[in-house]
Amino acid sequence: MQEQTAVLDSSGRFPVEPRSSKGLFSLFQRAPTFDHGIHPLEHKELTADKPIRRLPFAPELIIPLSQHKGKPAIPLVKVGQEVVRGEPIAQADGFVSVPMHAPATGVIRKIGLGPTAEGPKAPAIFLKVYLAAGQQVLYDQEQDPEQMEPEAIIAAVQAAGLVGLGGGAFPSHVKMIPPAGKAIETLVVNGCECEPYLTCDHRIMLEQTESLIRGIRIAMRATGAKRAIIGVEDNKLDAVAHLRARLPQHLPITAEAVQTKYPQGAEKMLIRSLLGLEVPAGHLTSDIGVAVFNVGTLAQMGDLLPKSRGLIERVITVSGLPVERPGNFMVPIGTPVRFLLEQVGVKPNAGGVILGGPMMGMTVASLDVPITKSVSGVVVLEAEDENAARKQVYPCIKCGECLNACPISLNPSMLGELAQARDYVTMSADYHLDQCFECGCCAYVCPSNIPLTQYFRISKAINRKRKQ
Amino acid sequence: MFKDIEIRTSPHLKRAMSVDRIMRTVVLALLPIAAFAVWQFGLSVLLLLLTTTGVAVATEWFFARQSGRGNTVADWSAVISGLLLGLTLPPGFPLWMAAVAAFVAIALGKALFGGLGYNVMNPALVGRAFVQAAFPVAITTWTPAFAPGRFAELIPSTLTLPFMQPIPVADWVAGLHMDGWTGATPLALQKFQHIETPLGDTLTGLIAGSAGETSALLILICGLWLAWQRMLDWRIPASVMAGAVLVATPFWLLDPVLYPSPWFVLCSGGLMLAAWFMASDMVASPVTARGVIVYGLFIGALTVIIRLFGGLPEGVMYAILLGNAIGPLISSWTQPRVYGSK
Repeated sequence: MQEQTAVLDSSGRFPVEPRSSKGLFSLFQRAPTFDHGIHPLEHKELTADKPIRRLPFAPELIIPLSQHKGKPAIPLVKVGQEVVRGEPIAQADGFVSVPMHAPATGVIRKIGLGPTAEGPKAPAIFLKVYLAAGQQVLYDQEQDPEQMEPEAIIAAVQAAGLVGLGGGAFPSHVKMIPPAGKAIETLVVNGCECEPYLTCDHRIMLEQTESLIRGIRIAMRATGAKRAIIGVEDNKLDAVAHLRARLPQHLPITAEAVQTKYPQGAEKMLIRSLLGLEVPAGHLTSDIGVAVFNVGTLAQMGDLLPKSRGLIERVITVSGLPVERPGNFMVPIGTPVRFLLEQVGVKPNAGGVILGGPMMGMTVASLDVPITKSVSGVVVLEAEDENAARKQVYPCIKCGECLNACPISLNPSMLGELAQARDYVTMSADYHLDQCFECGCCAYVCPSNIPLTQYFRISKAINRKRKQ
Repeated sequence: MFKDIEIRTSPHLKRAMSVDRIMRTVVLALLPIAAFAVWQFGLSVLLLLLTTTGVAVATEWFFARQSGRGNTVADWSAVISGLLLGLTLPPGFPLWMAAVAAFVAIALGKALFGGLGYNVMNPALVGRAFVQAAFPVAITTWTPAFAPGRFAELIPSTLTLPFMQPIPVADWVAGLHMDGWTGATPLALQKFQHIETPLGDTLTGLIAGSAGETSALLILICGLWLAWQRMLDWRIPASVMAGAVLVATPFWLLDPVLYPSPWFVLCSGGLMLAAWFMASDMVASPVTARGVIVYGLFIGALTVIIRLFGGLPEGVMYAILLGNAIGPLISSWTQPRVYGSK
């Protein structure tokens, strides 16, 4: 590794000097970035200028009890019980778990198995929405996070049911506590939104700026971070300028542009780009004094905590070439995908529906699957999409494209051959399989159309099973 | 709303690039070189290229069918091997020997290992190495470029009957009354008589040599185009040429009469074609970023060492085959440093 900057100057602001200005090459200096990665077509123009809108309530919402990493929530309500929008309907089961709140006023119709994006049915609360249900939330209580102790903020974040809204779904309050003996120095605010099509974080930065800044201040107070850096890909320079104009001058919060390159929004990549640091293998970001939060998570935090409310809705992008009226929408948690697509209209050439972005999201097996807390978008693919990975698979020709694409410098070519040979142990022991976070770059570039990412997903699952 | 919902696994996007497209583009890049060879040496070279390509494709088709791999001709890789092989042979090379070379290239060089993607060495060079050993006279028999009537008649040796000695061409060449024809290629002239062909001639290719190896400039242009299309790893030809120059320069500085100049080393013999189109064979070269540079430097250096100190005037073929052989070893030595590890 070259330089390890990341030391801030006395004012607490991120150094203005670019991370690596090297003589003549500084002429060609672009925004900082990480090694490798890919440049898929973005298609963000479909929705980037569409303001966040609300839609009518779906007739029935399906709220899975496990929308986060950790233990599922425990229901607090009974079938037939009436609930008010914002009221808690399930409580956290232990520390690594979060509660659920009623996204709309209505009556509990059923508590039982419901559809999930992953496939197998899972316990969920079915909420029949009253026709006259309003958008306003009555269920709240004022509090001032700026005056609260870190422990109290962390408890309030858990009570709000907040998880990583960027797709991680990891309970936010857990990330606020560094491991024993470590301290969080830097709060990295992830506004990269590197997945094609998605623009919800872009809109949040433009439209929910006050909530976002409030959320950053709350998170800094809770984690003890001495500075915060908002990392935004340089295809959203309007958001960078917008934020810079509104960030309080007296606080060590800055907005920095990073290169537009997938997967810039992966936290390990963004830390590398902004700070020049790497998260050691097998460690958490907090081990190097960094906590990463998505802009959507922090905007919700800034919105919910002062009123002690729970997370009941989120911004998502509904897009894709077959969508008639793509846009960014504030959607109640539990809204079925079918209802959403009926609202935006879908052309007959639609083929598949992805929850999340097209690089890492998963296709749903049923349109009854609900939007959960970590779903950042619904992207509709064209049937038999020209661009989809449905082409003839050739043997690996060792072109090395995957090695040049892998953001963590794995050797996907070798890993793919080992997976075909079912040598999963060597993959993990000698070729760092466990470092792979399934970003999809290798499969994206592979001219032989080898489903490398899927191989690695399966290989990791088999290794996990063997360890048990 | 949907007739059928398609279930797929991520990533759901795919770059528009495929093996057959890469191979087709390489063929396209070789066509100007092939056309130049035909213009330079006439009908014989046209028949030679058609023979090697045709036999390579037929052999590929046969073995893929026998091994149940379906029709692999459509991936165009056999066309490249056949075409490249033809370009490395002398213009008057007997067609039946060329057919043997093409068969060996695909059968022993590729099908035996499991077809595309599994061959250890460049198939075209395996074929050429075989005929170099089997037919040492025919593969070192050169004929002059731009012979009069080259589009009307064949070089006599071209139509040698199978399993017969090649028809001697000395009398035929003498009948052409070409001034200054010595029967030697620039490489042999330099090695054995220390006469260096001017750079202008080796660049433009108005010289004797293997069918498609004469014009260094044309090869360079075609190779650069392919690299610009991102279908060729430019680091390989660059490091091959760097390796050659690095080894050749000290000797040339020591004795510019005895040893060739670095630009002569680059532009003579098969080095340019080999660097751009054979060393860069994706399958047989290392896969890591640092590995391809080690591999290229090794090939370039070894080529010059064989040329200067070996028994043969040209060494690039053996240098690449050896480079191919140690490729996997280079790959394993140069594994990338993984993010977050030391």
